[in-house]
Amino acid sequence: MTDTSEPGYVRWLLIAVALIFMGLFLVVPLIAVFSEAFSEGIGLFLQAVKEPDTLSAVKLTLLTAAISVPANVVFGVAAAWAIAKFSFRGKNLLLTLIDLPFAVSPVISGLIFVLLFGTQGVLGPWLAAHDIKIIFAVPGIVLATTFVTFPFVARELIPVMEAQGKDEEEAAISLGASGWQTFWRITLPNIKWGLLYGVILCNARAMGEFGAVSVVSGHIRGMTNTLPLHVEILYNEYQFVAAFAAATLLAVLALVTLVLKSLIEWKTEGQQRENEAMPEIIREASA
Amino acid sequence: MSIEICGISKSYGSFTALRDVQLEIPTGQLVALLGPSGSGKTTLLRLIAGLEPADSGQVFFNGEDHTHRDVRERGVGFVFQHYALFRHMDIFDNIAFGLTVRPRKQRPTKAEIKERVHSLLRLVQLEGLAHRYPSQLSGGQRQRVALARALAVEPKFLLLDEPFGALDAKVRQELRRWLRRLHEKLGLTIVFVTHDQEEALELADRVVVMNEGRVEQTGSPQEVYNNPSNPFVYSFLGRVNFFRGRIADGKVKLGEAEFAVDWASEDDNVPAVGYVRPHDVDVSRSPQYPQSVAAELIYVYNLGSVVRLELRRMDTGEIFEAEMSRRRFAELSLQSGDLLYVHLKHVAFYVGGHLIHA
Repeated sequence: MTDTSEPGYVRWLLIAVALIFMGLFLVVPLIAVFSEAFSEGIGLFLQAVKEPDTLSAVKLTLLTAAISVPANVVFGVAAAWAIAKFSFRGKNLLLTLIDLPFAVSPVISGLIFVLLFGTQGVLGPWLAAHDIKIIFAVPGIVLATTFVTFPFVARELIPVMEAQGKDEEEAAISLGASGWQTFWRITLPNIKWGLLYGVILCNARAMGEFGAVSVVSGHIRGMTNTLPLHVEILYNEYQFVAAFAAATLLAVLALVTLVLKSLIEWKTEGQQRENEAMPEIIREASA
Repeated sequence: MSIEICGISKSYGSFTALRDVQLEIPTGQLVALLGPSGSGKTTLLRLIAGLEPADSGQVFFNGEDHTHRDVRERGVGFVFQHYALFRHMDIFDNIAFGLTVRPRKQRPTKAEIKERVHSLLRLVQLEGLAHRYPSQLSGGQRQRVALARALAVEPKFLLLDEPFGALDAKVRQELRRWLRRLHEKLGLTIVFVTHDQEEALELADRVVVMNEGRVEQTGSPQEVYNNPSNPFVYSFLGRVNFFRGRIADGKVKLGEAEFAVDWASEDDNVPAVGYVRPHDVDVSRSPQYPQSVAAELIYVYNLGSVVRLELRRMDTGEIFEAEMSRRRFAELSLQSGDLLYVHLKHVAFYVGGHLIHA
């Protein structure tokens, strides 16, 4: 026995409860997804994945992520920079606004866009007159996804940037660096792990978003169907193998995200330990 | 390069950091901005560097108005309190940074940069550490890297914010001496901020004492220590005793002791305060002068080279301190509870914050 105060059986009980819970809610569903997908053999699975509508859903999902993730990286870095390094009027309001997409239901977010850009919406007549389609088209999906994934990068960076302060940036400027040089050579390298972490979370959500996209997409097969929407349609049509085959693609994405996330966490923790521990060691050695 | 500050004011919301500050810093001097925390000394330093804009007033470098020039144009070397080394770069890249960000035309070649960085590493005695990272250095080493990095761009002068604040006592001593030598070698104007009066007096050619956003006094260490212009400076620079009394008929009465002063005002019988440094309190077994005061020895503090006595005046009951050499202490063979006589040499009298000459 180690020196913990709890008796052994309490510890084992707690660990068992946690493991059973995780097994029931995470592992079993994951196994179910894969076993359903492969239930009729690998041939049918491949056939389902290669189906043109599925492929077009994959393409649309990738396109949406490819637009909304970079957009949110630019916005997130700019917002985090402003919030962490400057004090200005309305800073708290900006912070609240960044959190807004977390606070409202994604379905409401989708509805907002319908109300704004739909045929009956505020900008509807003007858009119709100029022959611009946003709702029930790709732009609407991208907009809704961008809105929903808006907080991830900024939220991840604000604490990192606040903790680092602005000393290093001031030092760079006093040494003659321009604002641009300071950003690329000082700020960005210091936030890179936090930024990557935010990008991964943002990407996972952008590819997996259902509610907001469902409202604005119109579910036009091969046109405005993203992967999560496609899974739902297939499932409602009792095409279970095809539905689960498409779902495995999302599940694989989730697993890759998890692995990357743990890798980054491990990496940043290691870096922090190094930063904290080294000076002590050297001081002791030289004393 | 000389620095001139004319009527600079700065406030943050309702907090006034600097009030109408006037200051001249001649070329080549090592100047200390000394004051308690919140006195505005760091704000003043950041203002000189251009890291902070002034609300009003002007900053001149060598007679040239620099008030509206930004940090990059001012070309000053700034060393931050916590060094602000670039944590993701090794020491070489840290020191080379200022040279590598120059526009292509003014940028030295790779070989020149290497040469310059290594000569700076020699100057700050850190050869061989070029490829370490800041997190692998001790506090004193980081401080010297920060200095080398600031010197790499050949600044007009060097500004240091609490340069030794985060270091332990022994390293601090060594770095002080090293900075003094560096200043002699380079002949550069250096301004540093400190709250440690000993550091300011030991290191600086000129001490600027600040309090509540104002410059209280400027002068050589001897001047500010020996002739403080007001009670704040007196009490901030070293230990001090103060005695409350009244002034009347050209004499200050502190308890039973009377001191003749140059006082020709209509106002008579007004409160006056006398300041005496502990080493200006003479202690003996019997009264030596007419103004000698009886006091009881309460406690003896052994400080190594000197002995500090805590005493209570018999006439007023005020507690005060005296310092004497170990030898004198042994001669008198003092013990707590002894009745002694003290003579106050060099008392500075202030009435309403103004110095009265004796």
